[in-house]
Formats: sequence, C-alpha cells, structure tokens
Amino acid sequence: MQALLTRLRAFLGAVLLLTTPLAGAQLSIEITGAGAPRMPIAVAPFPGEAALGAGITSIVRADLERSGLFRGLEVPPLSPAPTEASPVNYAEWRARLADALVLGSVAARPDGRYEVRFRLYDVVKQASLGGIAYTLSKEQVRATAHRIADFVYEKLTGEKGVFSTRIAYVVKRGNRFELQIADADGAGEETALVSFEPIISPAWSPDGRRLAYVSFENKKPVVYVHSLVDGKRNVVANFRGSNSAPAWSPDGAKLAVTLSREGGSQIFLINADGSSLRRLTSSAAIDTEPRFSGDGQWIYFTSDRGGTPQIYRMPAAGGEPQRVTFEGSYNVTPRLSPDGKTLAYITRNESKFQVALLDLSNRQVQIITDSDRDESPSFAPNGRMILLATVIGGRGVLSAVSSDGRVKQRLSLTAGDVREPAWGPFIE
Amino acid sequence: MRLIIIATLAAAAVAAGCATTSEEQPPARVEERAAKPPAPVETKPVARVDLTSKPAAGSPLKDPNNILSRRSIYYDYDKFDIRDEFRPLVEAHAKYLRENPGAKMLIQGNADERGSREYNVGLGQRRSDSVKRALTILGAKENQIESVSLGEEKPVCAEHAEDCWAKNRRGDMLYGGEY
Repeated sequence: MQALLTRLRAFLGAVLLLTTPLAGAQLSIEITGAGAPRMPIAVAPFPGEAALGAGITSIVRADLERSGLFRGLEVPPLSPAPTEASPVNYAEWRARLADALVLGSVAARPDGRYEVRFRLYDVVKQASLGGIAYTLSKEQVRATAHRIADFVYEKLTGEKGVFSTRIAYVVKRGNRFELQIADADGAGEETALVSFEPIISPAWSPDGRRLAYVSFENKKPVVYVHSLVDGKRNVVANFRGSNSAPAWSPDGAKLAVTLSREGGSQIFLINADGSSLRRLTSSAAIDTEPRFSGDGQWIYFTSDRGGTPQIYRMPAAGGEPQRVTFEGSYNVTPRLSPDGKTLAYITRNESKFQVALLDLSNRQVQIITDSDRDESPSFAPNGRMILLATVIGGRGVLSAVSSDGRVKQRLSLTAGDVREPAWGPFIE
Repeated sequence: MRLIIIATLAAAAVAAGCATTSEEQPPARVEERAAKPPAPVETKPVARVDLTSKPAAGSPLKDPNNILSRRSIYYDYDKFDIRDEFRPLVEAHAKYLRENPGAKMLIQGNADERGSREYNVGLGQRRSDSVKRALTILGAKENQIESVSLGEEKPVCAEHAEDCWAKNRRGDMLYGGEY
C-alpha cells in the first residue's frame, strides 16, 4: 500500500509538471492522505490528443484521483491505440486490474476547432455506461477534461462531480491582496480584484456569477457585490461603523450581513442591491458569520451571547435563536453541508483551531483535520469535500479534506499567503 | 528669503544698540529726567524661526510632547475594557474633541490573529465601541466619532507569539485627514 501511494504521488508530480507551466502563479495540489478502497480506473490516452497541447486524459485522471475515490492505472502504449469506436477487449482490461475504462479520441475539424469523443465502460459488467462528443477550441481543453471527469464520476459514484466548479480565495503577496478565481483543481486562476487593503469573506452568489465580499479599501470594512462577468462592483452595505460577513439567501435576492451601525455587531438582512435593511438579531453580544440553510428556512450564526463564541440558529425571518454547539469554549464559522444534514465549523481544541463536523440528526461531533490553525471551511457543492484555509510552515495554504476525514489534500502557492477559500456552486 | 530679512534686521538692531550706549555722551541731569517722564522703551520682539524642532503648525495632535499625539490603546486577550494606564489618554482626547467640536475621529479596533476573521472583526468592533463610549461619556459628541473594526487584518506586528499579539490587540484613534 505504501509503495502504491509513493508511486501514485510520483505519477501525480509528473502530471502536475506537465500541466502547470506557470507553477509560480498557480495552486498546486498534493494528496496527503487517501481514502480506501479506491476504484481502479484506466483512462487510455486519446489518439490525437497531442494536438490539443495540455493532455486531456492526464487532467481527467488527475481529477478522478484527487477525489480520493479512484486510482488511475498506468496504461502501456497500445498498438493500435484503442478509441471509443474500437471493440473493447474486456478480458485484457480485466487482466490490467481495471474496474472501469475510459476510451476516446480527438479529431481536428475543418473550422480549426477539435472534436473530443469518449466512452466509459464498466469492465466488470462488460457494459458501456455511455459517452459524449464535445466540440472545443484549444482554450477549452481544461474545461472539457473537467466535464469528462464529472461524467465519469457521476456514472460510477451516483453523485455529481465538482471538477467543473470553481473556487475563490484571497492571496496576500507583500502588501497586495488579490481575490482570485480558479478551477476546482487550482489551475486556470484569474484575478478578480487587486487591492492594497485586505479582502475577506468572499461568498458566491447561488448562480455563480457574482461574489460578495468585505473590502477594507475605505479604511473600514464595507460589503461589496462583484460581478465576475464584467467586473462591476456595487456597494451593498457601507453604513456608519463596520459592515461584514456577507451570506447569500438561496434565491440570490438577499444577503445577511453583520453591521455595527446600531452598536455592537448584529445581523441584518439586506437586498442584494443594498436596499431594504432589516435587523434580525437583538443582543448585547457579537452576532456574526450568518449562513442560510439550503432551504432558506434558517440562519446559522456565531454568537458569544452565552459567554463564549458558539453556533446558534434562528428562523431566517428573525426570531428566538437556539444554541447548536455545546462542546468546547470556542465554536465559530458555521457552514452547512449542501444536504443540510451536517454542520462544519471551526472548533478550538486546546490551543488548536480545527474543522469539526456536527451530525445534526444524532449530535455526534467529529474533528476531521490534524492541522492547528484552520479557518473558513467551505463545502464542495456535492458535499463530498471541504476546502479550508490553514497555516503550514508559517504560510497560509488551502487544504481540502473529505467529509469522512479520510482524504486530505494540500493546495499551496509557491509565493504568498493563501486564505479565505470559498467553493463555488454547480454551474449548469 | 524670510531668513535673510530677519538676519538683516538683527544686524541693524545690534548696530543701533552700539550707537546708543556710547560713553562719550554727557551724563544726563537727574532733575530733568525726573521732571520729564521717559518715553516708553520700545523693544520690538524679533520673530524667531526655529527649524530644529520638527512639529509644524502647532497642532497639539502632532506634538510628541503632547499626550494627544498618542493614539493607541492596548487590550488584554479577549478583553475590551480600557486599562487604567490609558485613562489619561482617553480623557485628553475627550477634552480635545469637546474643545474642537468640528474635529472628527475614526477609531479602528484591532484583534490578534487567533480564531475566526469575522469573529475578530466583532472583537475589534467591541474595542472601538468601548473607546467611543468612554469619549462620549467624557463629553465628546456622538457624531464626532465613528468606531469601526479592522479585525485581525492590519497587524502592526507579524510574529506568531504573545509579544506580537499584545501589540495587535489595539484601538487606534485617528482624526479627520489622518486616514
């Protein structure tokens, strides 16, 4: 098993070298723990894919392996190279220990674009599980590879893949703060905002087109909504005092925010265009970090009304809060799983800050990280992984952990501190 | 230019002084002097320009010898009450705000890096609110002061140790034009 892991890491390293020509700028991923058992899958190189530059099958394979649910098999050079149109020699693939197989091909089109075709096979049942043909330009290789990986993942696990989703995070380089957007694998990063003042708490709108965040560019925290399509920024909350902790309502129409305009830090509801302000909490405590439940019925939040910061919830229309966390003296940053069954949050465990999961049905609490300065957990939209910020060797890095705690990954940048991750929604 | 003029005037004054103290003048008669009251001696003061002491414009807010030039209040871990040692500072700023009703102040509260960034915005706010409350109790007007929080985002000290954290648990008082 150890030898296998070592081989897998060496293989992944090679893949990353091939696919990350700008390694200085982008996040690279290291798998630091893997779940078991992982399904062995063979992704045979697609004849013709060399014309696309970035290796499309390498990206599919890396995506699947990163999930911790698959083990990519080495495929020796085959002659003739099989495609989705070839008859499948199941016995031969079985002999290579593959449970699943992806075959495909790439062809240049007369209009300068390319066509990628692929098919997925269940080698054990000796059956085709379907396939798709995509037309793409060279710029769309990564996006296409992620779509293929999503198809394979969904067919084999029964749940939607998140390889085509995007993540947002903040990088601090010297005295500059950059709000960046990248593919879920950390590649293809783009900068949405650069500032000399801090940026915190990015939150994706449910349609994935906008980010709400807090910027300190006016020497105090102000909440903005930023359109990723055209870069237009709107001030949502710039009241006297501090304005922070934006959270979208599931319909994307409203934001819950924390304001100090009436003294202290209290939670308010405001329309996404900054109109119609309404106060939701009424305490002498710090009430902050609001999050809507997926059904829009509840707002979970952090409050120290009981003497220590703990997580509470209240009806989204306002109303009497109920305490949710009881173990420990510091429980903050509530994040609900997409199915609403689990609450992730940060707990202080002696002097360590770690990610805890609370099963809301049986009240079981489990700490799922072994790092000690964790912040800002963020569920993947399929609920399978949690992205978080932590500190390794004095530097801010992103890390991801599966919601069963078994698979762990680290995403690090060669220069700069990375923090404040937010995993974006499924894009239809 | 101004310096040259002053230097010229000073030289002239020295020359005039020499002329009037000449010993060759005959002594004045005492009786005459007593009968006629002397004209008041006009000693026009020389305008002094001193370039060796930096703070200009005479603002007490910038004078390092004035308590008003101090702007930071430090806090204990997870606390927001103003320690006794900072009472005189808060009182001095309250007096300044009282005497200068046009003055505006921004108080930025800060927290150390441990824990949630947003909860730390809340802790910093609690600190700036406590300074604002103390200032208004001492007579400053509510609308002169805005209290905000920078959370853990603007540390003055970057080490991950208590020495540094203590410097970062801080409230800063800034006047209009300083931020």
